[in-house]
Formats: sequence, C-alpha cells, structure tokens
Amino acid sequence: MSAQGRQYRVIGRGVPRHDARDKVFGRTRYADDFVMPGTLHAKVLRSRYAAARIVSIDTSTAAAMPGVHAVLTARDVPHNETTSKFGQTHSAGGGFEGLYRVLADKKVRYLGEAVALVAAETLAQAEAAARAIDVTYDPQPGVFDPVTALEPGAYRVGEEDSNLVCAYKVRKGDVEAAFAQADVVVEGEYRVPFGDHVYLELESGTAWIDEDGVITIRASTQVIEHFRDVADILGLPHNRVRVIAPMVGGGFGGKEDITVEAYLALLARATGRPVRLTYTREESILAHSKRHPYVMRYRTGATADGRIVAMDVDMVSDAGGYPFLSPWVLLYSVVMATGPYIVPNLRVDARCALTNNTFTSAYRGFGAPQVCFAYESQMDELAEKLGLTPLELRLRNYLHTGDELGTGYALESAVLTDETARHAWQALGEPTAPRSPHEVIGRGIASGMQSYGRLVYLHDSSRAFVGFELDGSVVVRSGVQDIGGGQASSIAQITAEVLGVPMDDITVYFGDTALTPLAGTTTATRMLYMSGNATLKAARAVRRAVAGKAGELLGVDPDRIDLVDRTARVEGDDQKSLPIVDVVRACASDGIPISDLAQFNAPFRDLEESDCVVGQIHPDYTFGTHAAEVAVDTLTGKVTVLKLVASFDVGQSINKLSAQGQLEGGTVTGVGYALLEDVKMDQGRTVTGALDTYLVPTAADLPDVQAVMLESGGGKGPFGAKGIGEPSSTSGAPAVANAIADAIGVRLKQLPFTPERVLTALKERERSAAPVASER
Amino acid sequence: MSDMREIEIEVNGRPLRTTVALDETLVDVLRHKLDVFEVKNGCGQGDCGACTVLLDGAAVNSCLTLAVQADGRRVTTVKGLGTPEDPHPLQTAFIEHGAVQCGFCSSGMILSAASLLAQSAGVPSRAEIREAISGNLCRCTGYTKIVDAIEVAARAELADERSA
Repeated sequence: MSAQGRQYRVIGRGVPRHDARDKVFGRTRYADDFVMPGTLHAKVLRSRYAAARIVSIDTSTAAAMPGVHAVLTARDVPHNETTSKFGQTHSAGGGFEGLYRVLADKKVRYLGEAVALVAAETLAQAEAAARAIDVTYDPQPGVFDPVTALEPGAYRVGEEDSNLVCAYKVRKGDVEAAFAQADVVVEGEYRVPFGDHVYLELESGTAWIDEDGVITIRASTQVIEHFRDVADILGLPHNRVRVIAPMVGGGFGGKEDITVEAYLALLARATGRPVRLTYTREESILAHSKRHPYVMRYRTGATADGRIVAMDVDMVSDAGGYPFLSPWVLLYSVVMATGPYIVPNLRVDARCALTNNTFTSAYRGFGAPQVCFAYESQMDELAEKLGLTPLELRLRNYLHTGDELGTGYALESAVLTDETARHAWQALGEPTAPRSPHEVIGRGIASGMQSYGRLVYLHDSSRAFVGFELDGSVVVRSGVQDIGGGQASSIAQITAEVLGVPMDDITVYFGDTALTPLAGTTTATRMLYMSGNATLKAARAVRRAVAGKAGELLGVDPDRIDLVDRTARVEGDDQKSLPIVDVVRACASDGIPISDLAQFNAPFRDLEESDCVVGQIHPDYTFGTHAAEVAVDTLTGKVTVLKLVASFDVGQSINKLSAQGQLEGGTVTGVGYALLEDVKMDQGRTVTGALDTYLVPTAADLPDVQAVMLESGGGKGPFGAKGIGEPSSTSGAPAVANAIADAIGVRLKQLPFTPERVLTALKERERSAAPVASER
Repeated sequence: MSDMREIEIEVNGRPLRTTVALDETLVDVLRHKLDVFEVKNGCGQGDCGACTVLLDGAAVNSCLTLAVQADGRRVTTVKGLGTPEDPHPLQTAFIEHGAVQCGFCSSGMILSAASLLAQSAGVPSRAEIREAISGNLCRCTGYTKIVDAIEVAARAELADERSA
C-alpha cells in the first residue's frame, strides 16, 4: 500500500537535515576546501574595456616567468566557440541557445570578459604572469542601454547585424476595444536594476586528470551537466569529462552558467597537473551573470466593479555582452507578465538586446520578479482609483484552477492565491504606531505567480537510484546539486517515508556525473519536483519488491504489508511482522532486485511555428502572497521594514523546516531587491564592485519573516508538492514597494527604493500636493 | 617574499607552527597553510563575516587580521567550539531549528553568536542577537531561523549554568 492517502510519517515533518550536522561542525568540504597534491593555481586575465577590438596579445613575457606552466588564449582553445547549454538534453531550437565563447577573440563585449588563462606554482606567480600578458586593445564606443542598442545605427556588440537577442509577443482578445470599455485605466513605466546573487561561496573549483585519463572537475555549480559543454570545448567525447559538485555555498541562479569549469579543464589538460581556481569577490561581481534590468511599460484597464478587462505590456531587457539565458528569462517574463490574474484581453511585446554591460542570466525568479514589481504596482494603483482595498481588488481578479493564462494554457493544479492573500494580510496584525512625528507607517501586499520545473520545450527529465544494502541500510544515488535548499536531504526524506526506515539509515550520493544517475540542474525550482518524483518512483519500486516478499513470507496479501520502523508489518494483525533486513536478504537470495533506477519526465512539448507565445510553457505554477509593513522616515527617506509575511501554497512540504526556510530566505531576497541591491554600471564599468558598495540585507536590517504555509496537496511534485525556491522571492519586493507607497502616498517606479529616491519623491509630492499624513 | 616570520598559533587547543609573510592574512594562513578549512573566505575584505574566528575568545574577521597578529594566541573555530559527540548548544540549536541552508555562513555565524553569548549575562534580546550577527551575511535563510537558534541556545546555556 502506498503512503498516499494516509497520514505521512516523515513527509512534512521538520526533521533536521542530514547535511546540517556536517556544516555546523565544520566538516563540509566545499569546492575550495579541497587540495590535491601538486596543485597549480590559476588566474584569469580579464578585459579592462567594455567594448574594444583585440589588436594583439603577447604572452611571451608571462610564459617565461618563474613558476608559470601555461598561458592560454583563444587560439589555444580547441573549440573556443560553442552553443551555450544549460544541462538540457534536448535542443529546443527557436533561438534558445546562443553563442558561448570561452575566451575573448578579436573583440571584447563586456568589461571583465575572460581574455587569457594562467596556471602557475603559486597564486602570486599566476597573478604576476596575468599582469604581464600584453594585450593591445582598440577601444570602441560600445552601447550601454538596451533601448538605444535596438535603434538603427547602434554600435554592434557582437558579430551579428543586430543587437536583438530575441523578441516575443502574446496576443489575446481585443485589447483596444477592451480599453475603450474600461472605467479606469492606470499606466506606468517601471524600471528594475542589475542584481548580483552574492552567494557567500565564491566561484571555485579544482580540475585534474584521473588515473584513467578522464578530466575531472570538482566545482561549485548548479549544473554538473556542463560536463558536455566542457567536453565539446576540449573536443573530447562526453564520457572523458566528469564534473563533481560538492555541497554548494549558494547559487540563486548565478552558478547555472558555466563559471570556472572550462578554464580549469583547459589548464589541467595543458599542464597535466591539478589546477585550482577561486574568484575573488570583486572578480565574482565583475565576471558572473547579473539579474536582468528591465524597462517595462504597463497599462491596465478595469471596470468600475474592479474587474480587469485589458492589459498592455511592453518590456525591454538587457542581455549584456552575450545571450546566455536571456531568451529564456524574457520568455518567463512574457508568460508571467500578468501574474496571478485573469486578463481577458492582453498584448505583450518584449525584446532583449545585447549591450556592452556585464552579461545577464539566471537569478532567483528568472524574469518573474521584474514583471511582478510592475503588475503589482498597477494592481495597487487600480485599487486606489476604484476605491477598493488592495486585497479586495486582487480577490476579484485572481486566477483559479481551470482559468487560462494569456497564452491560452489552462491551469491544471491547485491555486490558493485567495487564501494566501487573506492569510498574509491578516498576519500583519495590528498596525504599528509611528515612533516619531516624522515617521509614517504603511502596509502592502503583493501576490505572485512563478513556474516550477523547466520550460516544456526542454523535455526535462531526472533520474534517481534507490536501493537497500544487505544490512537494511539504504543508498540513494542522484545527480542533484545541493545548493543549500536541502535538495539531497529531501530525497532521503522521501525515501524514508516510502521504505519505512529512519533518515539516519539513508546515505545520499549526489552531484557526480560519473557515479550518480543524471538528475538535471538545480535551477528553475525543479529539483524537488523532478528528482523528488524520480526518487519516489524508484523507492516505490523497491517497496513493491520488499512488500511482495514480506507478504509471501508472512502468508498475507502484499497489499496488507506496511513498512515502518525498519519493520514489515501486517495491517490489522499486530502479531505478524518481520524485520525489513530479513526481507531484503530473502529478496537478494531469491534474485529479486532490491534496488531500482527510475526516470521521471516532465511534460514535453515542442516549440510551435508561431509568432506568438501560445499554450503550455511550464509544467506548473506556484502561487502566494507577501505582505509587508514599513516605516518611512520623512526627514531622511530611510525605510525600515517592520513586518514581513510570506504566505504560500507549497502543495505539500517535504521538510517543513526547509520549506519555511525557503519562504523566509526568498522573502529577504525580495527585500534586498526592493531597498538595497543595485549593481551600478557606468559605461559598462561596475561601480559597485565589492560588498561595501553593493549592499545586501543584514540581520540588523530586518524583522522576522512570518512564514504561513498552506498545503493544498495539489502540486505536481512528490506527494502533491509544489516548488517554492523561486516563488518565495518573486512577490517580496512589490509587497515592500506597495507598503512604501501606502506610507508616503507617492508611488516610486524604479527599484531599489533608496533613501535618496524616497526623499526625492517626498519632496516632489510636497511641492505638488498636500502634506503627508503623519498617521494612518 | 620579503619578510617571513615563524609563528605559533593555538588552533582549537593544538599548537601549530608555520612560516608566514608579514602581510599574510590569518584566513589565508589558516586555510592554505594549516588546512583549517572550516574557516571560510567569502570576500577577503571584512564585509561578509564568513571568515569569523574567535581570537582569544573574541570574534574577529580573520581576513582583516594578519597572521602575525595571531602569533602566540588562541584561535577557535567551529571545530573547537564543539564536536558531534560534545556539541555546543549553538550547534545543536542550528541543526534542530533549520538555521542551516547552504552552510557557508554557518561557521562564522555560530562563532559571532558564541562571542555574544559569552558576553551576555542573560538571554540577549532578538534585537541584540540581530545586531551581534549583523556583520555575518547570509543569503539563504533570511536570518529568522538563525535568530531563533541563537535565542534557543542562549536559553539552553543559561539553564545549564543554573543547573551547574
């Protein structure tokens, strides 16, 4: 009998994660906590210009310096230009895969682009040699604004005739006719900045050639399946490159692109020695992907009774120097442009342009947080015009199961946005009183919709192996990358539930392309959904074998066998039971498999020939609501967040503590986006190049996050789980933004809401209208 | 490689000798010369707190401390604070209350908290806890469960002291 349909024993409980113990006792070896004998140190030489032609590179001085073993430039890379892949096993086509260039060749497209690689005996020698490489640049004007980049005659960032990376549109109904019927219309232009992930662990890895000649890379990554890209770059068969991901010190999308892997492999092959490379924080901020800045124009119309009738959206995003995941991210923005609302008439136009800024790619939320800030600002503006509370307006327009998105896809799973919003608002409790005459208090909510699982065009799949050992202990092997969300521990918990063994009896091997069945990427809020389902499938197969044998040994129908506490029991008969270990041994003796390798496939669909985005784009969506209460100091413009609530339908939590942790952490990511985080670039040069200028929230900046977790059981993940990693962050920033607008009576339309911007808005308001109310 | 000096640092009760340059930081010497990998380096500039250690019992950023400044002194890391067999209340509380996600900040976070608890007469307020760990960045947890864990550990320590 399956575990479904009855009380869970392990699922949903807040049991301590199996990795937490190693981490607090300092036993976890991250990518940089690993030394091979004879290791060389690597350094990357990066472009000093955002836009330039490379006239010449002279490496002769550097190559002759003491301790130097290799100096590599583009010409030393067997296949310097490949197609950027992100672990997918199916080529979607349709422009989703762009150019990946390992080292700059002839032209540099952004400041910090890798130009040459050095390996030397010591890091100091590698750094000195990198400085001694003589690169002659011919600086070019460049283009730094995506809108300008799309104008005729703009500087061409790449080798193509146009800077356009991709363009998408959605059409539904008759937008103009609907606007003509609307009683109220709100309109605004919204801007969001570049963002840096600031995972605490910097990009890092070590590569070596193992005793069989396989290039082995142990690196901090969300995608071990970049091993195929590395092999393609080196011109090797895919089975001659192995990538291992140890525990990762945070990713948030920034380790979805290839980072150090190809550099390390090239240097290890050139030198025959192990090579180690770890970025500095400044290098990390300079050289890894950023969250996409967007310019978004939104127009929304509604009837007097608060029903949205039409939305017209135009957005432009900045890809920076190379496409990477920009087309995917923009597609997400387009599909989620209207958020969790019914919009019967819709027009979305979206474009993405290359510029000479740092390249942009995945960042927690993947295009959804940008548009969420815009549509949730519009919802509050509509509510104000209609004289409705923000909650009431939203309740009149939320999508429900069966309702269609703008693409025509009808939602299949549970949608509890109404409940999440009511809970979020309620959880704010009594309003806080201002602490001084120049402080104003405000409250806001924002609801979000975020996919979990990858684009259906990618034909995503995941694999897991589950097996008993002869002593009754259990092994799970799955190529998941554990980036801190408890990815490995969660599949242990699923296995514990199905096989009736304690968590401590289970060992999980993860993140190794040679030894663990490939499980795909830890991105797109897919790992629990995909690998959780694969693990569940494998564990249930093992369970069937064990229950079958137990039924035979105990003389009962296997359907009556329950596996619990390492024991096979007979339901309704307390007298009959067997230790699971005895049943496992009996299976092994009789040649009955006590392990299973299972594959789970997400829904597949091929890209259609259409100039519009239509139909199902993602496997499913998660819905939820954030609420915030803020205090704004009207003298300084400083915003203090007083209360934060994250209210989400997680479907079914696997580990309650981990799910709450995602809700709490994601919410704070949203607060950083709202108030602090802004990678400022001046003509492609990063101005906020360290953590004393790129500020992220500290414990002292924040209140506790109240996590309100609903469990509809209606998701597509294991036991009805939905993904929560990214959704937990998407609506955080607009909730804070709406609270600020409520407090000061002015709506800011550009993130982040720094004291300067808030103060400027207050002064403008003072000049144009009545003074700000000192209490609410 | 101008001026080198031999130093001795007591790391978690074990005296370790090594030769360092005068400008070498404590974090680099711990990690690269003494294999003390539980001390993390997240920025090298004193902004993130991942490299926090206790130097003679006080929390310091080991990336802003020169190795020579630690000569003849005691360095405590999470391995010295407690072990799986004899855990510090903070370590137990971090495990049980979900305060660990990626874990990269955990070592520094726990040591800053240990320093706070050592200085506090009673159970510090949540605001005091937040202030004490404000130099330790965490990007995963949103800090709520970390504050919970520190509060629980402070209560457990106080109870221990009273029963002792």
